[in-house]
Amino acid sequence: MQHHIVLKVAAKLILPFILLFALYVQFHGDFGPGGGFQAGVIFGAGIILYALVFGVDHARAVVAPEVVRAVAALGVLLYTGVGVVSLLLGANFLDYDVLAAHPVAGQHLGILLVELGVGLTVTAVMIVLFYAFTGTGDG
Amino acid sequence: MAVTALAIAITPNLFAAAMLFGIFSLLSAAVFVVLDAVDVAFTEAAVGAGISTILMLATLARTASRQRAGPRLRAFPLALAVGLVLILAWASADRPRFAAPDAPANVHVAPRYLAQGPEETGVPNVVTAVLASYRGYDTLGEVTVIFTAGVGVLALLGFGGTRRD
Repeated sequence: MQHHIVLKVAAKLILPFILLFALYVQFHGDFGPGGGFQAGVIFGAGIILYALVFGVDHARAVVAPEVVRAVAALGVLLYTGVGVVSLLLGANFLDYDVLAAHPVAGQHLGILLVELGVGLTVTAVMIVLFYAFTGTGDG
Repeated sequence: MAVTALAIAITPNLFAAAMLFGIFSLLSAAVFVVLDAVDVAFTEAAVGAGISTILMLATLARTASRQRAGPRLRAFPLALAVGLVLILAWASADRPRFAAPDAPANVHVAPRYLAQGPEETGVPNVVTAVLASYRGYDTLGEVTVIFTAGVGVLALLGFGGTRRD
């Protein structure tokens, strides 16, 4: 992919919009279609597009495999963490009512955090899988 | 969709099969849109048509792009598959009519979610409310499955980039 100038320019133009759209899907999932799973996949696809067009080595430099692995675990931790916090606040596991002063506000916060956890893990695992499959020997 | 599925089963070219899988996913996403399940369609289009195809192509790049031996027709697996199809077709005759108001799926907890969801969670999208709040355990399980899958792939293919013997 050394001489594909059209691809490179087009990818450069599209990439910010893909990542922005992923964030929109992530945080607008409460109101429209979408949520952590879809947003995570779109964000991961954005990074994978970068890796396909500019080379996996460049992508590894931008998004380090170590960081991605940590983020994958962080997403699950965030999700479970929300559950543990609601436990500590005296409610059932993953009962978001107690997270804020008002139950509805607590639900909103809980859903937002949980979806963020989903998004982080899905994004990271998608990139991890791609790195693993495109690795060469040491990959 | 049936034509695509048959083509996937027949073609010996794995590269073509991967692309056909993508087309099949996109078609099923369109079906979900027609059935008003936009969230599912979104997921199917992004995961099935997008990421899965890329991962399959990446796998093909590491292996071979053609099937090694021609598929031989074996009697027992064929009979098993045909029998399963017949049983499923027979069972689906008992299925409630699509979107029937008295179907079991529509009289159990769904009415409560639809009636109370927006007030209890303050989230207008009922799918998100059910997914993240009412069925939080299930979603936690799903995320754990994805994480475990990622860890499994890493364990099989090596952790990449950090060591080179």
